[in-house]
Parts: sequence; structure tokens; C-alpha cells
Amino acid sequence: MTGELIHALTVADPLVGFDTAALVDNFWALTVDGLTYGSVYALVAVGYTLVYGVLRLINFAHSEVFMLGMFGQYAVLMMLGFAPSGNAYNLGVTMTVVYLAIALVGGMAVSGGVAVGLERVAYRPLRKRGAQPLAFLITAIGASFVLQEFVHFILPRLTGDRLGGVNAQQPIRLVVPETQFTLFTANITNVTIIIILSALILALATDMFINRTKFGRGIRAVAQDPVTATLMGVSRERIIVLTFLIGGLLAGAAALLYTLRVPNGIIYSGGFILGIKAFCAAVLGGIGNLRGALLGGLLLGVMENYGQVLFGTEWRDVVAFVLLIAVLMVRPTGILGESLARSRA
Amino acid sequence: MSETRTTPPTGTPASSKVADRPHGGLGDTLRLWWDALARPTQWLVGSPFIVFIALLPVLNLPVLTTVGTNFGAVMAQFGMYALIAIGLNVVVGQAGLLDLGYVGFYAVGAYTVAILTSPSSPWNQTGDGGWLSRDWAWLAALPIAVAITAMSGLILGSPTLRLRGDYLAIVTLGFGEIVRLLADNLDEVTGGGRGLSQVAYPRIGISEENTNGVFSAGASSGTLNSGVWWYWLSIVLILITLVAVGNLERSRVGRSWVAIREDEDAAEIMGVPTFRFKLWAFVIGASIGGVSGALYAGQVQFVNPTNFNVINSVLFLCAVVLGGQGNKLGVILGAFLIVYLPNFFLGRTELLGIPINGTEIAEFRYLFFGIALMVLMVFRPQGLIPVRQKLLAYGREIYLAARRTARKDAA
Repeated sequence: MTGELIHALTVADPLVGFDTAALVDNFWALTVDGLTYGSVYALVAVGYTLVYGVLRLINFAHSEVFMLGMFGQYAVLMMLGFAPSGNAYNLGVTMTVVYLAIALVGGMAVSGGVAVGLERVAYRPLRKRGAQPLAFLITAIGASFVLQEFVHFILPRLTGDRLGGVNAQQPIRLVVPETQFTLFTANITNVTIIIILSALILALATDMFINRTKFGRGIRAVAQDPVTATLMGVSRERIIVLTFLIGGLLAGAAALLYTLRVPNGIIYSGGFILGIKAFCAAVLGGIGNLRGALLGGLLLGVMENYGQVLFGTEWRDVVAFVLLIAVLMVRPTGILGESLARSRA
Repeated sequence: MSETRTTPPTGTPASSKVADRPHGGLGDTLRLWWDALARPTQWLVGSPFIVFIALLPVLNLPVLTTVGTNFGAVMAQFGMYALIAIGLNVVVGQAGLLDLGYVGFYAVGAYTVAILTSPSSPWNQTGDGGWLSRDWAWLAALPIAVAITAMSGLILGSPTLRLRGDYLAIVTLGFGEIVRLLADNLDEVTGGGRGLSQVAYPRIGISEENTNGVFSAGASSGTLNSGVWWYWLSIVLILITLVAVGNLERSRVGRSWVAIREDEDAAEIMGVPTFRFKLWAFVIGASIGGVSGALYAGQVQFVNPTNFNVINSVLFLCAVVLGGQGNKLGVILGAFLIVYLPNFFLGRTELLGIPINGTEIAEFRYLFFGIALMVLMVFRPQGLIPVRQKLLAYGREIYLAARRTARKDAA
């Protein structure tokens, strides 16, 4: 199918543009921008991949964990007195970083809480009953509906129409993109620096946590063999909660970073496509594999940006899905392979 | 009626010892009785029921009918969803392949009809020089739509069906999204976001009142409106599909599907060509989705990409899971609930004397569906009308044998 599609895309010239010149001219700018998107995908993908590694479950509702993270950091900023006017604030570097850090904590707290709550309310009863894998997926879809509709209909009633509802939130712009320096003809803005740097730190921290600490060893043990891990004294239930928590925290952080890049994206349905992309990223790198998720996210972000310029903006999502299908054809378990347990290399 | 005597003692500990025997509550008794009937008797008993279901929008029963929208139109939509549920059931329920992009096939079917018959499409065949007549274009386009949808199922299935369950889910999800994006972006052919209008529909029953025939969207008033006619047409298509799918289920193909669903590796070892039968399930499921899409295009006479969002795919899956995956009647019930419940509440201000804000409840439908799915998976993961999975593998004979045993037990 991939072959046919690429063939169709390239042959049908009047329908789909094929602008190689634009790609070559803006190569470095596109790469850097792709990396910013990719960082967000990567952080969200970690949530999918960890849960999959431990439970063999596609946490379909993780996109909503991310979406609530966007609302979480937004709500925190509103509580701090920022008015959602769409105007940019100019607070100086120190205060901006402080406020961003507070928003980050807010987003992470909301997302982490939602993820753990989700596990408690939706998945644990199923696990207790030994349900079929499909039942988990359906529950995840149900939970996804519930969380989306909560923000869509109920949140505006609770907050007097200040949060949630049909329309996207007015952005609170703490950081205005300004070019700081130029790298290989690409203008590096402060937003890019914040996103890539924070994502890098978080990814490294997560990798350290999984591979170096006692809890991380527990996660890897449960992923490898839950029964033996339990016999060795690892509490499987605790490990599962921990896994959801880590995924949620990273999704919350990703939510803040994403809103820096796309300030108009805070809407009840805003998590859906991004969640699918992040899941694609996780599968691309090899689901269940932490480093695979990080690699897959960055790769997807960059390739998507190239494709967008090559074929036109409207083909952005198509590029992502075709890439996924193409990689799975060649490597059915993703680029780095599947296992979380064996990923420590 | 002899079936009342066959009711086995229920709920006793002894029944757990014969777990494989289809003894249980009322549902099982009914199922046992039904499956033991001869085929002609089944039709004889079933026909009045089908006629009653078909006449629902004409009878206008007081509580059942919808207030805010036309009941005929709701039932027409139910017909389309029922077809989709039957098709998706082949893929998900029978063969156990999780398809999250089923809406893609629905879209392919709808767009095939629209592209062939809409005046705003460049490949319109209904105008001068086209090879489709104006009056029968829809009917002629239907088999073409089915063929093209089946081919799209083949094209998607042949590379992806080698993937395992979860990977398949995400790849099909991607496919559904790709179809929608293609429809949105290939402006010259599909009309992009504007869509294609004036799609053909069967022009029959032309009278002074309905100058374009009873199937025209213009015939929207009265009890016998176009919705009812489309509903009846879809019932005919559903019955044909049910017979075809039912026969498939009882054949070698159906047994292979069950084997694949239960344990793919074991099936492969036992000599079932799993890939080929998975592909069959995909193609058959896809073509049924194509029929439904063609119905949609004809009834609404307009297609545009927003009707084929991935969220619809999820809704289709809800219908299958809610009703009971693997059970044809169950998934039809699921489709009915998915379509009917939101419309039931739409515009309703009181229910059994209790004042309610029906429109708001209808608006919240995804919230309620979500909660329903979560609750259902905990308390009844097999769906409202579950399938007897083990028995399905044996076919009809087991019901006869089981019934004989049940008689003996009761005696």
C-alpha cells in the first residue's frame, strides 16, 4: 500500500506538489523545527511505551492525559494572574523561567494525577477480573471519550466558562519566539531552545530512572516477566501505578512545551491527533522500548516536517502514517525492537 | 410450545460442571430453541419480526418514536450503522483483527458512488456521454463501490495483516486517517472540503407530490418519507448480507476465522492458511462497509470529509463491542443503540412524566457512551448479546445435540 501511495503521490503531479527546492533551501530550519515537534512526540510516546511494556496495553486515553496537562498548566497560569488575552507578556528571563517552571509543575501534576486516576478507575477493575486485551482497549477508548467530553461540556460549567468548552483557549504567551542565534542557516529561537533542552533533560532523567534506580529495575523486571518479578518481591501493582505516573508526568511536561510552540492548541480535542502521532512514534521506535520511543518521536517530527514541505502542509499527517506503515513493513517490531527489559544496552 | 420444557435448572453449582453445554438463562434457552429449528421454520418465525422492525417508523409508537428528528431518517441511519456493524463484526468479532480504521472503507464506498454520479466530480458518468443512466445510476454504482472497497481492503490488508494485533490496530487507524486526508486534499477529484453534492439516488416512485421519487432527500415530510424508503432498502441489503455472512460463518472460512481468533499460531500449525483467511475477513468486511457507504452517499446525496473522522471508526467499534462481538444480532442491537439513543433524547422535554433536558443529554452522548463502555467492560465484557464462542466452532450440530441432552435432563 505504501508503494502505491508514494507512486500515486509522485505521479499525480497536478494533485500533489513535489517541491524539492523548498526542502533543500530550508533543510536545517525544518530539521530544527521538526526536532521541537519530535521532542513533544517523544515525551508523550514514553507514556505509551512504558505502559505497553509493563501491561501490553495501548493506553488509548494517554492523549487525553496530555490534553488535560495543557489545561492544567493553563489553569495554573490563570491562577497566577495571567489574563488569557493572547497578548505577549514580557517579564524578563528570570521571571519567565520561574513562571514556566510553576506551569510545568502544574501541568505535570494534573497529567500525572489523571494518569494514575485512570489506572485506578478504568484499568485496575479489569485487571482484577482478568479481562481480555480488547476489553482494556475498549475501556481506554471509553475513558478517552469521558475525559474529552468532561473538558468539552463539564469543565466550562465548573469554571464559569473560563476553561474548556467548544473553542480553543485564548493563548497566554509567556515566551515570544525570538531568534537567539543561527545554526547552519537555521534560526534558533528561544522557544526552540526551551523545548529541546527541557525535553532532553527529561528524557535523560527518565532513562536514568528506568535503567539506574531500584524502581526502574522493578519496572524492567515486571516488563520482562511479571510472575517472576512478583516472586522476587516486586509489587506489580505499585510498579503499574508508577509506570502510569511517569507517563503522565512526561505527558504534562510535553503539554507545556507543546503550548509554547502551538499556543492555540489548547482545546478538548487537541490531544487526539497528537496522541496518535506519539503512539506512532512509540511503535516506530519499537513499542515497549524507552529509547525507541525517544528516537521514534524525534524521527517522526523531523520526517513529518520534511514531508510537509515536500508535498504541502495538508499532507503532514499522511506523511506520518505512511512512514509508520513503511517502517513496520520492513521492521515489524519497530526500529529498535520491542522489549523494555532488554533496552538497557 | 415445547421449548418451555427444555429450560434447564439455572444457577445451580452442577451447571458449572457442564460449562460447555449451552445452559443458562432465558437467552440461552431462546438461543437453543432457535438454533434447533429447521431453516424454513426459522424464516417463518423470523419474518413477522422482521416486518415489525421494518414497519417501526410507519407505526409511530408513542414512546419509541423520536421527537427532535424524523424517525424515518433515524432508522435509515440505523440501517447504515447496522450494515457497518455486521461488516466490522466479520473483521473484529469473527477473525479477531482489531480494525480502528473501518471508517476508511465506509468513506471509499461513499466516495466511489459520489465520484461516479455527482455532477461536481470530474469523473461524473451520469451526464452526457457517461455510461450511467440518470435514473439507475445509484444502483449501478453500488456493485462498483463494493468492488472498489473490496480492493482497498485487499490493498490495505496484504501488507499489514502480517502484523500482530496492536500494530494492526494503529496501522488501520492510520489508514482511516489517510483516506480522510486524501478525500480532503485531492480537491480536483473529491471536491476537497466542499465535498461532492447531488449524488445519484434511485429515482423510482415519482409522483406529483415527490417529483424526484421517494428516495430523494426532498421527500422529507409525512410518515412515508425518503428515510423510511432508505431504511427499507437497507433492511433488504442487511438481510442479504446476514445470509451471506451467516453461511460464511458456518463454512470452512468461518471455522478458520474462529481458529485464528482463538489462537493464531495453533491455527497455522493445524494447517489453516491464516494469512489468506485474515485477508478474506478484511476484504469481506471492507466490502460490507462499502455497501453502507454507498447507502450513505445516496441518502444524504452529499459527501464531504468531515463525515469520515476517525471518531466514527471508534463509534462503529463501540456498536460491535456494545452489542456483543461475534454475534450478528448483537452487533445490530449495538448499532441501534448507538444511533437511536442520542436521537431518542434529542428535543425531548419529559420522559414518563419526569421533565428532562433531552437535547442536552443528546449532546453529551459521547460522555455517556464512554461511561457505558467502561462500565460494560467491567461487568459484561462480552457485550449485551454475547456469542457462544466455543459452540460457534462446532456449527449447528452441537445445538441439536445439546438440545437432546437438555430434554433428557428435564425429563
